[in-house]
Amino acid sequence: MTELNELSLAEARDGLRAKTFSAREIAQAHIDALEKARVLNAYLLETPDRALKMAEASDAKIAKGEAGPLEGLPLGIKDLFCTEGVTTTAGSKILENFEPHYESAVSANLWRDGAVMLGKLNLDEFAMGSSNETSAYGGVISPWRRTGSDVKIVPGGSSGGSAAAVAAHLCLGATATDTGGSIRQPAAFTGTVGIKPTYGRVSRWGTVAFASSLDQAGPIARTVRDCAILLGSMAGPDARDTTCVDLPVPDFEAAVSRGVKGLTIGIPKEYRVEGMPAEIQKLWDDGAAWLKDAGATIREISLPHTKLALPAYYIVAPAEASSNLARYDGVRYGLRVPGRDIAAMYENTRAAGFGREVKRRIMIGTYVLSAGYYDAYYVRAQKIRTLIKRDFEEAYAAGVDAILTPATPSSAFGVGEKASADPVEMYLNDVFTVTVNMAGLPGIAVPAGLDGQGLPLGLQLIGRPFDEETLFATAEVIERAAGRTVLPKVWW
Amino acid sequence: MTAPVNPKKLIKGAEHDWEVVIGMEIHAQVTSRSKLFSGASTEFGAEPNDHVSLVDAAMPGMLPVINEECVAQAVRTGLGLKAQINHRSVFDRKNYFYPDLPQGYQISQYKDPIVGEGEVVVDLLDGESITVGIERLHLEQDAGKSLHDQNPTQSFVDLNRSGVALMEIVSRPDLRSSEEARAYVTKLRTILRYLGTCDGDMEKGSLRADVNVSVRLPGQPLGTRCEIKNVNSIRFIGQAIESEARRQIAIIEDGGTIAQETRLYDPSKGETRSMRSKEEAHDYRYFPDPDLLPLEFDQAYVDALAEGLPELPDAKKARLIADFGLSPYDANVLVAERASADYYEAVAAKRDGKAAANWVINELFGRLNKEGLGIEATPVSADQLGQIIDLIGEGVISGKIAKDLFEIVWTEGGDPRAVVEARGMKQVTDTGAIEAAIDDIVAKNPDKVQQAKEKPTLLGWFVGQTMKATGGKANPAAVNALLKSKLGID
Repeated sequence: MTELNELSLAEARDGLRAKTFSAREIAQAHIDALEKARVLNAYLLETPDRALKMAEASDAKIAKGEAGPLEGLPLGIKDLFCTEGVTTTAGSKILENFEPHYESAVSANLWRDGAVMLGKLNLDEFAMGSSNETSAYGGVISPWRRTGSDVKIVPGGSSGGSAAAVAAHLCLGATATDTGGSIRQPAAFTGTVGIKPTYGRVSRWGTVAFASSLDQAGPIARTVRDCAILLGSMAGPDARDTTCVDLPVPDFEAAVSRGVKGLTIGIPKEYRVEGMPAEIQKLWDDGAAWLKDAGATIREISLPHTKLALPAYYIVAPAEASSNLARYDGVRYGLRVPGRDIAAMYENTRAAGFGREVKRRIMIGTYVLSAGYYDAYYVRAQKIRTLIKRDFEEAYAAGVDAILTPATPSSAFGVGEKASADPVEMYLNDVFTVTVNMAGLPGIAVPAGLDGQGLPLGLQLIGRPFDEETLFATAEVIERAAGRTVLPKVWW
Repeated sequence: MTAPVNPKKLIKGAEHDWEVVIGMEIHAQVTSRSKLFSGASTEFGAEPNDHVSLVDAAMPGMLPVINEECVAQAVRTGLGLKAQINHRSVFDRKNYFYPDLPQGYQISQYKDPIVGEGEVVVDLLDGESITVGIERLHLEQDAGKSLHDQNPTQSFVDLNRSGVALMEIVSRPDLRSSEEARAYVTKLRTILRYLGTCDGDMEKGSLRADVNVSVRLPGQPLGTRCEIKNVNSIRFIGQAIESEARRQIAIIEDGGTIAQETRLYDPSKGETRSMRSKEEAHDYRYFPDPDLLPLEFDQAYVDALAEGLPELPDAKKARLIADFGLSPYDANVLVAERASADYYEAVAAKRDGKAAANWVINELFGRLNKEGLGIEATPVSADQLGQIIDLIGEGVISGKIAKDLFEIVWTEGGDPRAVVEARGMKQVTDTGAIEAAIDDIVAKNPDKVQQAKEKPTLLGWFVGQTMKATGGKANPAAVNALLKSKLGID
């Protein structure tokens, strides 16, 4: 029999409802798995006592027939979501012992629906990174390995802890956040499914901010259906976040098996970037063929401003980050390193509290917002953003229902392989994903196969604003055609 | 700026007469129960850090949500300043580090403020009135307060004010003297208090001014300005301008140039001192706050707010002059506070407006000033004062007795008519009683009677004696008529 932690979230839900096993049993199965998997460094904090307590409460509810939609399902929470009374670090030394007095909207929604918290998941510091190597608490090791190799592989980032934990069966699903690809890239690197919903679909309240106009939370899980179930609970209006829309949450799970018959899928020619590995190109072609076989029309489209997205993103995101991270000043909470005066205290605190990548982005952001540079950088980047958005609008207006692209330009790389390189090389990981954040659109990464080294590759689907349903339906077709990815066997 | 130069307003230097040019940025605390972007209370005087929400303390992941009442207050104020209301405005972040600025930025409005150009008509003491241009009004957050006197080695921070809504009202450099500047702030304060959008309490910091001062020779282009930060009383505004203008004139006349800088006014020394130079100025790195959508509303929203506006001082003044025949001076005094005007109107209703104005301004305001009380604290109600005036008009009491009556009502209260009855203060109009008193005086003073026939001005002496004999209660008109006939004066 499959171990309880290896069930899909939907299977576990159905098993709990049928009382095939208890919430306590499935929680315990995960707690045991976690203990054995510490070498992966996916969890920054395990909360087994809390998990068991929550699971017992869930069992009581199930017994009374009062089960919520996620009743008794153990999840991991990216350590960017503030959790009441549970240390929340954002992967940074500056928040090393920070214990929020409040619960993020996303996690509160999950607990409302009965989910069980296993712990807090590792991430790149303040979600700034594409490999999880910028975490102040050490990088996450992917459960994946190249065929015949024991070289440590990165899980991607910034939601690397979430993706690795899901792939290694250390939770049924995880919360994640995506500012430029931080859900989709690690999902693609770990053979899991991750969706970044439309900007405004999920409340940002209580989630540590990186770049406010781009940040959006979403789930990572092992199947499209699991993602749909989780997003259904995470999403919803919230008056505390004025950028969160007042729209009812559709029945995402119902959309999963809708199929693609009659849909038009756009293939943007600008995503065929120079030097793209043949494997990626083949995967992309396969994906298009699968959708066509399932009844969709495939159409080549043009998104002419695509190549400007990455440079514009690396102006907008650091600009907002430089301002968002100003609050970590040692005055009210978090790390404080004393100094001879207030300026020295700020400098000492921020020098000790932030890592290299965070400092780099604060400096870039401060620079592009400075007097004399603002118009040349920030204003132009915003104009590009408008153009990128318009590219998509025109494609959708011309009848395209969803757009298919590769999720990443390569499969996962080895730990340290890009650490000493030009940071821009690392930034290039986001080349297919940042456009989606810049345009505020929903995007899903779905596993589509393995590369020659035996590492997973993913495809990305980009949807119309607030049409996550079409993404779930389309991704499910790819998932089915590609065959469910066989996740790595325990080597840890 | 195109107004002709008024030589009386120039400041004499050693060599030239200088024109001072003043523009002001007024920071007015919006009257609202909660802060601009959080639900925390704005109440004054709480213990440090009692009114601090998670948003105000800039905890990770906290987001601002605009307080709609503050928006309405800004629109009302814009309407009161006859200003353009912008249906779309944008909140920006003004970035700088300071311990009392928890977010590391102040949410303000930079390029697209909620209110655009408007004007304020300011009446000066000599009867002249000037129109001061308003450049813009925007909403922004107040900062907290650093406390440096609580501990020998550390500073403490009180965030109660952090996030409280301010309106920054920026004038054009249309002011030409400290008197004009003081009158402008006074008038602006009056308008804000009428609107109920700011209590104008300068002692509590509800109204603070940044004053931009430059000097030039009449007809020359504008000089380099210095900004005097955070002046917190109208008197100090006047003093700061005077001392700063003289400082600048002395420098220029000595052959120096003015460095653009930010200065502070020290009331104890009566001078301004440098706070930071232009080079040390912060680069605030303004950019639109991505946590907040642009603020948008339609004309119907503005119209609904306009409908609810009270009558404003200029309109009220014009109406008082037209309806009650008041002098512009009296009307100005009465409309300075809405409560004063309301009081006056209650007294003047169906009565002689000028008499009512005299009583309100001279007797009531005089007495209130003496006691250091505001109109809200008056012990004599409008109804009571109205009755006193009625009693004079009806001939029941004389004007002189009326002042005694006012004093009694002020200190002891009571219904004026009943007081007059109870204390026998009624004017004697019974000619028989007056005649008896006169006859007695005439009989006792034959020599004076004789003199009065030749010198009619002696009549006054007889009036005085008669009033004394009747305890001041005799009707003066009746006394006069009877005396004239008895003494045979025409």
